[in-house]
Formats: sequence, C-alpha cells, structure tokens
Amino acid sequence: MRPRIRNPQDFWSGIFFIALGALALWFSRDYTMGSALQPGPGYFPTWLGAILVGFGAIIGGLSLGFHEAAGERLTLRGWGLRPWLVLPSALAAYAVLMEVDAGFVPSLLVLIVGCALAHKDVRWRETLLLGVFVTAGAVAIFIYGLGLPYPLFWWSR
Amino acid sequence: MDGLLGNLLLGFSVALTLQNLLYCFAGVFLGTLIGVLPGIGPLATMAMLLPLTFMLPPISALIMLAGIYYGSDYGGSTTAILVNLPGEGSSVVTLLDGHPMAQQGRAGPALAIAAMGSFFAGCVGTLLIALIGPPLASVALEFGSPEYFSLMVLALVCASVVGSGSLLKSLAMVVTGLLIGIVGTDVNSGTHRFTFGVVELTDGIGIAVMAMGLFGLTEIVRNLAGPRMTHTILRGKITGLMPRWQDLKVSFGPILRGSSIGFVFGPLPGLGGTISAFTSYMAEKKLAKDPSRFGKGAIEGIAGPESANNACAQTTFVPMLTLGIPPSASMALMLGAMMIHGIVPGPEVMTSRPDLFWGLIASMWIGNGMLLLLNLPLIGIWVKLLQVPYRLLFPIIMTMMGIGIYSLNTSGIDVLLMAFFGFAGYVLAKLECPFPPLILAMVLGPLMEENLRRSLQLTDGDATVFFTRPLSAGFMIATVILLLSFILSAAIKRPIRHLETP
Repeated sequence: MRPRIRNPQDFWSGIFFIALGALALWFSRDYTMGSALQPGPGYFPTWLGAILVGFGAIIGGLSLGFHEAAGERLTLRGWGLRPWLVLPSALAAYAVLMEVDAGFVPSLLVLIVGCALAHKDVRWRETLLLGVFVTAGAVAIFIYGLGLPYPLFWWSR
Repeated sequence: MDGLLGNLLLGFSVALTLQNLLYCFAGVFLGTLIGVLPGIGPLATMAMLLPLTFMLPPISALIMLAGIYYGSDYGGSTTAILVNLPGEGSSVVTLLDGHPMAQQGRAGPALAIAAMGSFFAGCVGTLLIALIGPPLASVALEFGSPEYFSLMVLALVCASVVGSGSLLKSLAMVVTGLLIGIVGTDVNSGTHRFTFGVVELTDGIGIAVMAMGLFGLTEIVRNLAGPRMTHTILRGKITGLMPRWQDLKVSFGPILRGSSIGFVFGPLPGLGGTISAFTSYMAEKKLAKDPSRFGKGAIEGIAGPESANNACAQTTFVPMLTLGIPPSASMALMLGAMMIHGIVPGPEVMTSRPDLFWGLIASMWIGNGMLLLLNLPLIGIWVKLLQVPYRLLFPIIMTMMGIGIYSLNTSGIDVLLMAFFGFAGYVLAKLECPFPPLILAMVLGPLMEENLRRSLQLTDGDATVFFTRPLSAGFMIATVILLLSFILSAAIKRPIRHLETP
C-alpha cells in the first residue's frame, strides 16, 4: 500500500504555500539580508519565505496517508468555473477601460453586462436595462453628487 | 469620574454637530441597508463605502464607518428572521429560532427583541469602551518595541487558534499576510520590495483592495457557484411589532448574559461576533428549563445571541483605539481608514486627539439609538429590498465595488489587484484556508517588522529581549500556552475521531 492523498484540500494548500514561500525567497535574494544586529530589507521577507515553505511542507505532508479520503474531493464540475473566471475578467476589463480613459459610462456598461454573464441564466433585455439604470444612477451619485472628476465618454475628456 | 463626564461632554459636543449627526445617520442607514442583503458582510460594506469617507474630516469619516459596521449587524438579523438566510456571518445563530418565530406569525416580536437586545448591548458596550479605554491606553504608553512585537505575535496566534479550521493553515495564512504586508517601500532603507517595477505598488497594497477582493468578490463568486439560493421570504404584513410582557420578561436574562459574553469576547483577536453568538446560544439552551423549545422559536435564542453579537461589535473597538492593534478584519479596515486620514493609531490618539476618541464613542450611543428607531418602522423597506433577485443584485454590488476601489487612488491597478485577490481568494476558500488571519497579518506586518528591527537594534541583536522584559515575556508565554493547549487538545481528540469514523 502506498501513501495516497488523504485530504486533497490540505494537499493543494501545502503545494500553494510551498510555491508562495519559494517565490518570496526567490524575490528576496536581491535585498540586503543584514544581520540580527542590523536587519536589512531582506531579513524579514527571507525568514517569512522560509517559514512559509516549512508550513507548506508540513500541511502537505500531513495530508498524505494510508487511510481513505477525509477531505472534500475537488472536482472541476463543482468548482463554479463560470463566475470564477467571468467576474474577475469583467473587473479587469473595466479597469483597463478606465485606465485608457474610455469614459465612465462605457466602462460601467461593460462591467455590469460582463458581471451579468456570470449568472447561469442570462436575460439579455433585463441585463441591458439594468446596465442603463445602474449606470445612470452611478453617474448621478458619483459624478454629479460626489463630484468625481472622471470623463463620461471618451470624447468628453 | 469627573474626568469621564468631561470627556463624554466633549464627545457629545463633537458628535452632536449637524454634520456628524448626518454622517452617523448615513453610516447606520447604509450599514443596515447592505447588512440586510445576504452575502455582503460588514467588512465588504465598509470597504465598499470607504471611498465615500475620504472627502470628510477624519472624525466624520470614523463616525460614519463605525456606523456602517454596527449598522450591518442590525441589518443581518432582519434578514435572518425574515428570509431564513444569514444577512451576514454573525446572524447565523439568530436564524435558528428567529425564522421559526416568523413562520408562527411572530416576526414582529422577534425583530423587536433582536433590536432591543442589540440596543442594550450597544449602549453598555460603548460605556465599557469609555471606562476601559483610558486606563488601558495609559498602560500601553509604557510599551516599547519589544512589548509591541510580542503583543502582535500573541494577537496573530490568538486569531489563528480560535478561528475555525486547521491551525497550521491559519498560521500559514498569517505568514502569507505578513509577506503581502511587505509589498511596498521599506521605511528603513527605501528599497522597493516585491513591487516588480510597478509604481503603484511602491505604496503597498491597500487594505480596502485586499478586503474587497477576498471578502467581497470571493463571496459573490461563491454565491453564484453554489447551489441556487432559495429565498423563502415571508409574505404578508408584519403585525404586532410590540413584544408581549411575557416575551420581555424571559428575554431580560438572556440579554444580560449574552451581552456579558460579547463584552469579553469582543477585544480578543479572532473571536468575533459569530462565536459570541454561538456561545450565548449554547448557554441559553443549557440554562433553559425546556431545551427542546430551542430551534422551534424560543425568544431567548434570539435575545441572547443578538445581544452577544452587538456587545462584541462594540468592545472590539477597544484594542484598536487604545493599542492600535485590530482584533478583527473589520477593525483592521478601520485602522487603515485612520491611517489614510493621517492619524497614527495607538495609545497617543486618546491624549493627542481626545475629540476623535470621545466623539466616536458618543456617536455610537447616538447611532444605536438611531438604529432602534430606524429599524423597526422601516422593516417594510428592508423586506422589499430582499425581494430583489440576486441576479439583479450582484451586478449592482460589483459596480459599487468597482467604482469604490477605482476612486481610492484613481488607479486601475487597484481594481486589477482586487480582481486578482478575488480570483485567488476563491481558490483559497475552496482549500478552506481562513482569511481573517491573513488580513490581520497584512495590516500588522509592517508594524511588526518595524518593532522587531528596532528591538534588535536596541539590544545589539539579542533576540532574548522578548523574554527578558516582563510584559513582553508575559505576552510570549501566553502565546506559547495558547499554542500548546491547542496542539494538546488536538492530539487528544485525534485518535478519538479516528475511532468514530473508521
């Protein structure tokens, strides 16, 4: 009998923490370590990176065993891929549009319609109406009410 | 006592100005509004509305944020009673007996008792802050770097131990948070650390960005990914708001006991409202003559936990205001807000800005009163709000988050970071890694590093300083005892669990 992953959640947490700790160690190598007497900018992150790798190894190690599964199985089906991918993408699109000064109105419309796509049933007419109303409300509150200085459209800069 | 009275007068003179009354009202109103919505907790609410407070003077901003915080507690219980969904984490317990009561047509008294218990706990809790704050702050003024460092270690370990789930994962999340806290410019050497050449990162990652990503976005993704939410909203009018004399009589004890539990748990890192509410519920069930009534609409099961929850929400301000150490993620956000306004949190605040401390305290009384008046007559509006389907609600929430974060620094990078933290946060949530330790560590990280370095410099690199100074040693010993007791109890439980589930 060979050891198997008894708790997938712990196993992947372990991998995650080891990877993150290793990244921290890698990026800290350029910072001056200093000494305990005169700790430099690299002192704290290097130690933290090492500790995190240690924690990751213990968490991952404890998840291996000879017994049957104890944790929840992670499956792609139960993962909720759609909202997980769509919502951050909608936000990212909004961020980029705002950054390139495409204007408050088109950015918000993209954000709202994009978000609505994350839901299982998309009702187009409802979504568009929602987009128009929420954008109008946001313009009234944030641009005219609070006076945020964003251009409404790309031509109104 | 004379000093206290003078201070309170000062506080009320600050809080009772028209402007501050207005912001207090805005805070509790918005807090209740969003607290009512399921799936958006006080933390995300505060993060979302944080940008609105930037243009305000510091005191008005703090009054409003605090109002949002305890206001969302009130709102959460309304949802729990009427919809059988926790409006936010700490009202999970209220649901157990609140919803059965609503089904029996007694939603009115349930809501009224919840509000009264919360009001009582809120008022006494505020008085406690006023009484405990000054002496604690004067002790804290004696703290040096080693004491601060040890105290923060204790706070982080405590938050990890009492949180739900695996201790190891919580501690790993603490380290992750400390690493995220490092992002930015090192104060001592000016080195840019973990900024990857991005100019916006040289100021560090804002707590609001992090909180909104982890608690706001992740929560929405989880709601959409999970099974369809089944609302069972109570139809029909809620009549007979006033509880019967009998209801008041049986609730009196639970309110007192629940409040006491909350007062004690509030300042302790990581414990928070949910655990206070659960403890109170368990206590009431044990004390009841007929425990079988619980879960079927026992009013004690609402009175106790609701009071505990709110008492906790008040006393949790104590360590944040007096020591500058936040015991919960929400308080970490408050701390962040203070720093944005240029106030260095710590024991000095009370002496250097008494108007701020006492004004905030006085506003809490006023705010609690407003909530009592606001909540009961406006129940109808909250019910209407709950009938809006989630399909329409979450794009609106996302819009508010997007505008809020963008307007923090007029920076698209912040929005991208929030999107990334929501993306990564969902993975961590799936892996059952708890977020509160991470947020606390992220805020405390820079302070810890600063105090660690200063301590080591003071003592020529002698790390034993943390154990030789009496106060610091006390904190360290408490940390070790906490860890040991947790490990021991886990070691004893483990074999038993194996026997039960072969």
